[in-house]
Formats: sequence, structure tokens, C-alpha cells
Amino acid sequence: MSIAGTLPLNDRPAPAAIGLWVFIGVASALFGLFLAAYAMRMDQAPDWTRLALPWQLWLSTALLVAGSVLLSQAASGSSRSTLIGAGVCAVAFVISQFWAWQALADARVSFTGNPAASFFYLLTAMHGLHVAGGLIAWARVLRRPARERVALLARYWHFLLALWLVLFAALGWLTPQIVAFICGRGWA
Amino acid sequence: MSYADDHHHEHDDHAPKSWFYRYVWSQDHKVIAVQYASIAILVGLIGLVLSNLMRLQIGYPGQFEFINAERYYQYVTMHGMIMVIYLLTALFLGGFGNYLIPLMIGARDMVFPYMNMLSVWVYFLSVLILLASFFIPGGPTGGGWTLYPPAVILPGTPGHDGGIILMLVSLVVFIVATTMGGLNYVTTVLQARCRGMTLMRMPLSVWGIFVATILALLAFPALFVSGVMMLLDETAGTSFFMPALVSMGQVTDYKGGSPLLFQHLFWFFGHPEVYIVALPAFGLVSDLISVHARKAIFGYRTMVWAIVIIGGLSFVVWAHHMFVAGMNPWFGFFFATSTLIIAVPTAIKVYNWALTLWRGDIHMTVPMLFALAFLMTFVLGGLTGLFLGNVSVDIPLSGTYFVVAHFHMVMGVAPLLVVFGAIYHWYPKIFGRMLNDTIGMWHFWITFLGTYVIYFPMHYLGVLGMPRRYHHYTDYQFIPPSAHVLNELITIAALIVGAAQLLFVFNLVWSLKHGRVANSNPWRAASLEWFTPHSPPHHGNWGATLPTVHRWAYAYSVPGAKEDFIAQNAPAADGGQEPSQDHEPRQVPA
Repeated sequence: MSIAGTLPLNDRPAPAAIGLWVFIGVASALFGLFLAAYAMRMDQAPDWTRLALPWQLWLSTALLVAGSVLLSQAASGSSRSTLIGAGVCAVAFVISQFWAWQALADARVSFTGNPAASFFYLLTAMHGLHVAGGLIAWARVLRRPARERVALLARYWHFLLALWLVLFAALGWLTPQIVAFICGRGWA
Repeated sequence: MSYADDHHHEHDDHAPKSWFYRYVWSQDHKVIAVQYASIAILVGLIGLVLSNLMRLQIGYPGQFEFINAERYYQYVTMHGMIMVIYLLTALFLGGFGNYLIPLMIGARDMVFPYMNMLSVWVYFLSVLILLASFFIPGGPTGGGWTLYPPAVILPGTPGHDGGIILMLVSLVVFIVATTMGGLNYVTTVLQARCRGMTLMRMPLSVWGIFVATILALLAFPALFVSGVMMLLDETAGTSFFMPALVSMGQVTDYKGGSPLLFQHLFWFFGHPEVYIVALPAFGLVSDLISVHARKAIFGYRTMVWAIVIIGGLSFVVWAHHMFVAGMNPWFGFFFATSTLIIAVPTAIKVYNWALTLWRGDIHMTVPMLFALAFLMTFVLGGLTGLFLGNVSVDIPLSGTYFVVAHFHMVMGVAPLLVVFGAIYHWYPKIFGRMLNDTIGMWHFWITFLGTYVIYFPMHYLGVLGMPRRYHHYTDYQFIPPSAHVLNELITIAALIVGAAQLLFVFNLVWSLKHGRVANSNPWRAASLEWFTPHSPPHHGNWGATLPTVHRWAYAYSVPGAKEDFIAQNAPAADGGQEPSQDHEPRQVPA
């Protein structure tokens, strides 16, 4: 839309579509700032210990990908069971994340120990909350699965997936050396 | 849904019938606006009382025994947080944003009315949580409104146990409320404008609130992040911000956290916050000046772009609040430069306001007086900002009353003058009655002159070196006796200005029943909100048919027109269209 122009009223996207984009913007800002804090905390402290990420996170990733694919199919008009399958994947994702927490806790990685662990629990919890919010939306869509509602749900799920991939990468492979390099101090 | 339909059943078909759904659990943006504004004004009065208590201590140290150092810091903290967040942010976005956006762009309501209703009640919840901290053991936090760790959660700071937890929880809840409201304002502006209402025909009020909302949506997450992480440091014992330290002889369990990280996050929110408050004020005051000077706003397009550019720049200046924390000189150079660059679009706005007044038919109404007072105050507060934007000047002045004077002028008094002016201006549309002019004049002159008596001398005290954040100033040899006299004067002025606000509150309440009945457009304004079929507007705003807009909101004193204003929704043939982009006057369609 050009800044001076205006679309005829009926050609405009539905308010929910714009609202969702705005919300995705807000959530991106939120997680972007969490990640900035993560990197800065890593950079400004000598006490950083890398976590050995539990294998369950790969399972979680696969479940989230599956949910995203299923919702894409549901949005292009496939059956109700696809939509239900996507919800099941989401619930399984949350369970898998808890399993990963359990694995870490068994390895004596405590929330208040190393900041790497604190950030791991915090960021996965924040992401999990956004998945939980998505599940509420999913339940509402399931009650009235109009095509455009499913499409918006799918869009949010793709966002949750993309967000998770970024978080997963940052939690697993962002090291103090990389942060120092980004900050222009070369390879420490 | 109704906002997109051109045709609409007569309003009251859809309006809720019962009192509870009409005025309490209401989804009508106008009711929500009044709810937001009422809560904000009430909590603002608490903030005002706190400031007067602080002034009592500074003006008459030791005479009020209940204001001990602990309480003094609690007053300072709560005063700052209440005024910046719970009063100004909520009033501009939740109050004015809610009332004006749908009416000014020709929509029936916000696009997500239910979420809008939740927003105000979640905001109310955040206020209750905040105020609850006055009643818990230990009281509210006294760590300063910036809540810097490690002090704020260490023993020795008032409210380090319960107060800070309630403060952080309240902020997080407030951010949820703001996000729900903000999603509404942005989407409504983008999606629900009526036919003919292009973005470049929107009144500057809407532009200011729109861009400020975008800033809020992007900046509040930084406060959310720092709030959540600090909450975990305080309650769970993580070390996001808390360094290894010995507190009161005890070794704490914290290790390795970065207080500087908190400062970055806080000010990444905190500086845009200044413009979350200022941009709506810029927008509203533009409309006040244009209406009451009977002239089109000068340089409308540059006004819009200045708002957008200021909004963008506000995200790259935050560390100028941290010069005293120490930083790489190149960073200081960068942030000083970006800070000073903001003066360019801001100066454009000031020139445009002045040029709008130039040869205008200026009506010295109460709203106009407040608008003019804003101009003066904002220029003054802005100029001292140029001092403080320079690292070498900021460092010696940062800990003094010069800074107190600067930020109160520029983001306390200036936006509040706009709030007052705007309430005097739009009250007749909201309630159908005028506010009392005589009380309004008294309120204006006492507030305007009084705030200058309060803040002008503070610049002098600051240059003299009087430190801020001190509980009392007795027994400091470098502070001359004359400074104490000045402090006493400031306190007296603050008490008078504080009391004068009761005039305003009285006026608000009294005029509801006894104000002069207003016609639907008492200021003879051209913008859309004055042309609702009913005044005050009913549920759904526009009766059966949505309006169609044919011009911008600034068609004043158009040569050859029947009156000195042309309504935005008057037929296109009436003329008064906005200047076209090639700077030629637009041809009036035959």
C-alpha cells in the first residue's frame, strides 16, 4: 500500500491478518532482545560454560516442523484430522521440551547455576509459552475451522518454528568466541 | 463485522443494554478511553502527592519526621514510575488513542474490541499491583525509577524484598495491557480508515499516536526482558544482572552477572519511552494549534515525516543515559551524535508550529493557551537536552538538579500541558458539555507560571552542583544558604501547583453535570471526529452510514469558502483539499 494511497475497503486484508503480523513483530522484538541479552551476558562474563544440549531438542524440532507442515496442508484445504494432527504435534513438542529439561536436570544443570543454563531454561520457557498461546488459538480454530483462520494459525506456526530454529542455533552453537568476533575483537 | 460495512443498523440496536456492559465491561472504544484516562488521572494524582511529599522534605528538611530517607526514596521511585508509565503512557495511548483513533479515521470502533476491553482491565490490574506495594511490609521499592541492579535487590535498599517484586510484576502486566491495546491501535489505523481517509490525510494526532504505538510495541519488550530477568535474579537466584558481591558483610550467591546489561536493556526501552510520550503530544498539539489559530498546519508532510524520523532515531540514542556508566569513547561519540541529530526533525516541528501561528487568527482559548505554553516549555526543555547530549557536559551535570529540571520540562511539564489542552479541547465531544473557562484559566496560569517557578531555579541549582537523589542537603559546605532558600521557594510553588490540579479535577467532575451544553462542534474544527451524527457519539459512532472523506483535516480559512473551516467529509466540490505533492494547489473538482 503506498503511503498516500488507500485500498478500497473490501480489498484490504482482514484485521486479524494485520494484527497477527504486528504481533509477530512484537514477539520478534521480544526474542531479539532476549538474544541480545544472551549474547551480551555471554560476552561480559568470564564464567560462561557451554551446555551439552540434550538430544530431545532434535525431537522437539522435528515435531515443530511436522506441526508446521500439517498446518500448511490444513490451510490449503485438507481434512480436519490434519488440523488435529498439528495440535497433537504441538502438545508433543511441549512434552518433548519438558523431557529435555528433565534430561538437563538429571545432569545436574540447575537454573541458578551457570548463566548458560539460566538462559537455556528461560528462553525455552518463553518460547514454550508462545507455543501454549498458539495452542489456545488452535483450539479456537478447531471449533470453527474457516480457511482463513487456519491460514493465520499456520502463519503463526511457521513463525514459532523459525523462532525456535534461531533460538536452538543460538543456544547450541553461539560461543563467546563468536560473540567476540561479532563485536569486532577478532577470534579470541 | 460492523467497522468494514458501509451500512449499519441504527447504532442502539447493537449497543449493550445493561449498565454493567455499557460502562464497565464495555467494548466501546469511547468508554474504554474514559476508563483508561480516569484510572491514569487517579494514579497520577497519587504521583503528584508523592512529589509534594518529596518537596516538603527538600524545602523543609527534618521538619516532617515521617519522611525518613527510606520513605523519601520510595516516593522518588514511585513518583517517577507512576508519572512516566502509569499516567503518561496510559493516558496518551490508552486514553487519547482509544478515543480519537476510530473517530478521527472514520471507523466504528477498534478492530479488536474485546481485546481492547481486556487491555484496560489488565492495565487496571497492573495499577492495583503497583499500589499494593505501598501496603506490604517493607513498602514499595526505593531503588529509583530506573531500578538499577544490584542496589535495587540488595538489603539496604527500601522494598528490596516485596516491593521490587510487585513493581516488576506490575510492569510485566502493564506491558501485556499495552501490547493488547497497541495491536488494536496499529491495526485499526492500517485497516479501518473510512473511504477517502488516506494515511496522508490523517490528523497529526493520529500520526503521533500511531507512531508512538509502534515505538511502544518495539520498546516495551526490552523492559519486559529486563523485568523478567531481574525478577528471576530476585526470586530464583539467577545471576543475569547480579555480579558476585558482598552485601552487608555477607557473601551472596550471585556471580558474574552484568548490571551494565540491565542498563542497556532498560534504556533501550527508556529512551523510546520519552517519545512514546512526546509523539502523541506533538500530534495533539499540532491539531490544537491549527484549530485555534484557524490555519492549516504548516508543512503537514514534513510534520508526518518528522514524527516518523524521530521515532526511528529514538532507538539509536539510548546510551546517552549511560555516559556516566563509562563506555568506549567511540560509543559516546556515536550516541552523542545521534542524540543531537534528533534536534533536526524536532526543530522542523517547532518551526512548523511557529509558522502555523504566524498570521493566524489566534483564539486565546484555554486549549490554545496550553498549546502555546507547551511550545515554550518544550523548546526550553529541548535546549537543555542539547547540553546534556554532549558527553563532556553531561558527565559533570548528570548527577545534579540540572537533569531533574531538563527532563521534567521536556517530558513532564510539556506533555502534561498538552494533556490539559487536549482535555479542554475534546471534553465537549466526549461529554457534550464545555469545561468551565474561568476555572480553566486559573488552572492554566497557576500551572504554567508555577511550573516555571519550580523548574527554572533547578537549572541554576544544578549548575551550582546541587546533587540530585539526596534525602537532605544540610551540612554540605559546598551548598550555599541561598540554595536552601531557593529550595524552599520551589517547594512552596510545587505545593501551589499541586493544589491547583484539584481545580482541574473539580472542573472535570463539576462540568459533567453543570457545564455549558456544547454543540456538536464548539471549536468549529474541520477534522472528522466533530461530524458524528450524534454528539457525544453513540455506539458505532457513525449511525447508518460510514463517512466519506474528501480532504485533509486542516481546511481552515480557505478563501471563498462559506465558513472559515470545511469539514473533512463535506462534498469534494467545497474545496479545501490538501496541497498536492507537486506543491501546486489542487484543482477543485467542478
